[in-house]
Amino acid sequence: MRGSRLPADWPLVAVAATLTAFGVAMVYSAGQTDVPTFVVGLWRTQLLWVILGGLLGYGVSRLSVRFVDAVSVPIYAVALVVLAALLVVGQGAGTAASTKSWLAIGGVRLGQPSELAKIAVVLMLARVLSASRAAPASLRALVPSALVVGVPWLLIMAQPDLGTGIVFVGIYFAMLFWAGVSWPLLLMAASPALSLILAFSTGIWGGWFLLLLAVIAWVRPPRWEGVGLVIANLAMGVLAPLLWGRLDPYQQRRILVFLDPSADPRASGYHVIQSQVAIGSGGFFGKGFTMGSQKRLAFLPEQETDFIFPVVAEELGFLGVLVALALFTFLLHRTVRVAARATSPFASLVAFGLTAAWFTHITVNIGMTVGVLPVTGIPLPFFSYGGSFMLMSWLSVGLLVLISEEGRGRAGGLVI
Amino acid sequence: MNFHPNEVQRRARIATLIIQGLVLVLGLAFFRTQIIQHARYALAAEDNRLRQIPLPAARAVIIDRHGEIIAENVPGYSISVLARSERAIRELMQRIGALSPVTPEQVGSAIRRYRTDPSRPTVLFTDAPLALVAMLEERRVEFPELIVQSAPKRFYPDGPVVSALVGYTGEVNDRELADSAFADYKPGQLIGKDGIERQYERQLRGREGTRFMEVDARGRIVRPVARTDQVPESPDALRTNIDLDLQRFVATLFGDSLIGGAVVMEPTTGAVLALHSAPTFDPNRFTGGIPKSYWDQLQADPRRPLYNKAIKGTYPPGSIWKLATAIIAMEQGIIDIDDRMPVACRGGYQFGTRFFGCWDPKGHGDPTLAQAIEHSCDTYFYQLGLKIGLQRLITGGLALGSRARSGIDLPAESRPLFPTDPAKAYYDKRFGPQGWTNAVTLNLSIGQGENSQTVVSMARFYTALATDGMAARPEVVQRAPERERLFSLAPRQMQALQAALTSVVGTGTAAASRLQGITVAGKTGTAQNAQSKDLYHAWFVGYAPAEAPQLVVAVMLEFGGHGSRAARIATRIMEHYLKGAVVAMPEMAGE
Repeated sequence: MRGSRLPADWPLVAVAATLTAFGVAMVYSAGQTDVPTFVVGLWRTQLLWVILGGLLGYGVSRLSVRFVDAVSVPIYAVALVVLAALLVVGQGAGTAASTKSWLAIGGVRLGQPSELAKIAVVLMLARVLSASRAAPASLRALVPSALVVGVPWLLIMAQPDLGTGIVFVGIYFAMLFWAGVSWPLLLMAASPALSLILAFSTGIWGGWFLLLLAVIAWVRPPRWEGVGLVIANLAMGVLAPLLWGRLDPYQQRRILVFLDPSADPRASGYHVIQSQVAIGSGGFFGKGFTMGSQKRLAFLPEQETDFIFPVVAEELGFLGVLVALALFTFLLHRTVRVAARATSPFASLVAFGLTAAWFTHITVNIGMTVGVLPVTGIPLPFFSYGGSFMLMSWLSVGLLVLISEEGRGRAGGLVI
Repeated sequence: MNFHPNEVQRRARIATLIIQGLVLVLGLAFFRTQIIQHARYALAAEDNRLRQIPLPAARAVIIDRHGEIIAENVPGYSISVLARSERAIRELMQRIGALSPVTPEQVGSAIRRYRTDPSRPTVLFTDAPLALVAMLEERRVEFPELIVQSAPKRFYPDGPVVSALVGYTGEVNDRELADSAFADYKPGQLIGKDGIERQYERQLRGREGTRFMEVDARGRIVRPVARTDQVPESPDALRTNIDLDLQRFVATLFGDSLIGGAVVMEPTTGAVLALHSAPTFDPNRFTGGIPKSYWDQLQADPRRPLYNKAIKGTYPPGSIWKLATAIIAMEQGIIDIDDRMPVACRGGYQFGTRFFGCWDPKGHGDPTLAQAIEHSCDTYFYQLGLKIGLQRLITGGLALGSRARSGIDLPAESRPLFPTDPAKAYYDKRFGPQGWTNAVTLNLSIGQGENSQTVVSMARFYTALATDGMAARPEVVQRAPERERLFSLAPRQMQALQAALTSVVGTGTAAASRLQGITVAGKTGTAQNAQSKDLYHAWFVGYAPAEAPQLVVAVMLEFGGHGSRAARIATRIMEHYLKGAVVAMPEMAGE
């Protein structure tokens, strides 16, 4: 198939290209405000990133899965070093100016290494999980993969960048699932984190704890694992309030405001309220491309990055939202298909990990704009303005095309 | 890892289901927000982008009885801003301050207005000078957020002449905003502070209009909206009973040198033709905030220009109150108009160990009541007071309204001071049970002692004397006249009393103020007061023409000396009004 004019998985490339074109159009619209700001020219820059991303993706698609497998360790190592270095030299930006997510040299911001780290983690996880023939069956067997995700996760949470941290968690559990880890083990692995979240209500936490005990009794993991789990969950239940105190005030506010946006309408709640006003006022048909009044009058914050989807909703209405959601769904269908048809476990896991990364970005970002999830500051693939993110998205497309091409010949491919 | 094709297929199905499920949840969330709650959010979006810019309404014009203007409106400018925060206001004022002086007080007031109502445009300058407006309009690009609009401001063409009547306007203050009576007032708006402006605030205040403007998230006005403006409305002119020509004449008579108050009324309708307090202030300088220097100057003036001497100041009435004593005695049947007192006037009256002097040490002989009124004989009234008795004197005085406000339609009229009933309890409380003697009766009977009246209350009392015992409530603005019977005397007695008042100006204490062709009736008063031993308050209350009274004039000059000086002014007022002619003032010297 190599050398043919069309990529083998042209529907995947087509839907990614359509989403990108849609996204650039929305970045253009985001700049169309009554009082012009710097956003007005960003669509041109974004177009440049799209071209660079396309070239990068094309280049990657010309590699081989074997090569990718081989470079996954060095890439992961580089990502770890850069993430560690960021804690010292990182710079903040925009509303999260106190964080350290930008790599800058001599004041020039080069990019957000956490975007690279996502792909590095996907590759490394795929390598670790595909190394053994059987899926991890005990908590102990999960330790290596947990370390692969845990180290960069801690480095990113230290920036702090809650949004990317959430994406890592999504990637990790999705890939464990794809590797064949059983549901009870997934539940047990996730239990300390769930305890942490549920600890805010003692009653709910108590119920959850009983459920966990039942699962442990049913699965009968090795004794020390069971005891360790119980201790970890108890500890999290106690630790949660302490950890809450360690969160930055802006993170605490975001969580509180998610629970009640009107509690702080002028500050953190402002994003959520204005976003919903923009979305809701769009109605079925929207106000027309570039005509969104909330955006035009600058009521919609960060309309070119994290809150670009409300621009879609305000200007193109529910109809535009449905089209965008349909495109995203189709994209994810194709990538799951790529994962399912991949020839090697490594390739399959990489494809599913990339799918999980996009899926987490899409649901968390769109869910936040419409108010069903808290504001976490996470961009929307192909839409949000941003160089690193666009480059990595198209690099992912390249990887998926590569995997898709190598997997095409496989017999008994499933139809989904 | 388990990579059997069937397993992979199963997982792919689960993954697809999860993806579809969550996308469905998102789709439903958008359906809820965009379709079900669309109306609500569409409204929120309108609220977000539309701001109501209030258009100030002009206050009603105030006119005199002939339609001449007492208060009107002239063009002015206000500058305001749709501010997002106090800090934004401070920064803006700083930027303006770099181009044109801005006082810390102006910044403070702007912040206060913002705090009271942040949703409204915050007024930065209520009455902006034209130079500032022109400068800011030139630099419109630098200050896109400013709202410069015309705001009518109050102007009183006659200025100081009408200050005691109209009062003045000013920005509504925090205390007024906290008052539920002014619940519909917003910071930066004008409100009447005193006089007619205060009393008739409800009738004078216009209805603010609105213009809708589209603003961005920073409060900068982007464009007007195609929605019809609500035009501000001002009420119809408020017609008063004032005769502006007479008012001017009264003010001229007082000039800058005299201190005191005057009230001119119609005896039957109560219509106030003129009301003056001297010295005056210029209410025009109060418009758009009183300059501190002017305020300090008014406050420091010992003559208290801001204190309304016609309705707020209370003064011992002295001899003008002798008519009350006479009426009480005649109503009770104690004496009649021709009766004499046991002791003739030889310049005073010996009461126990104390000698009570008559104002004229030469004495008045043995006068009848009518003659005692004409010459204001104290000796006669001392004895008359004793005959009436303290208790009856006070009951009678109260019945004549000596402790009642006149009811004039101006704010903050003072209540006259007078003993309460029963008399003994009042004096026991005031001086202690052993602290007083019947000497208080002698003082009271000549209008001294525990008796302090406003000029307007005395004017009202004399409307009863000028007519048939019915007192008219003073009315600045035309209202339904309200008359109250103060006393009833036989027509014969009434005529005799009026004749006595006529002879006061004919041959009595005010003979020097006689007018050619107009018979004037009235009574002088030369009241001792606590403030000064030598300088008496000069009173004259009277009416003219005596045969068919058209106006009652009450004049009081603070520390003005003999009552005949007040009589001179009062009769000039009568002459001006009745003859419609300005007659040169005869020189006052040699009194």
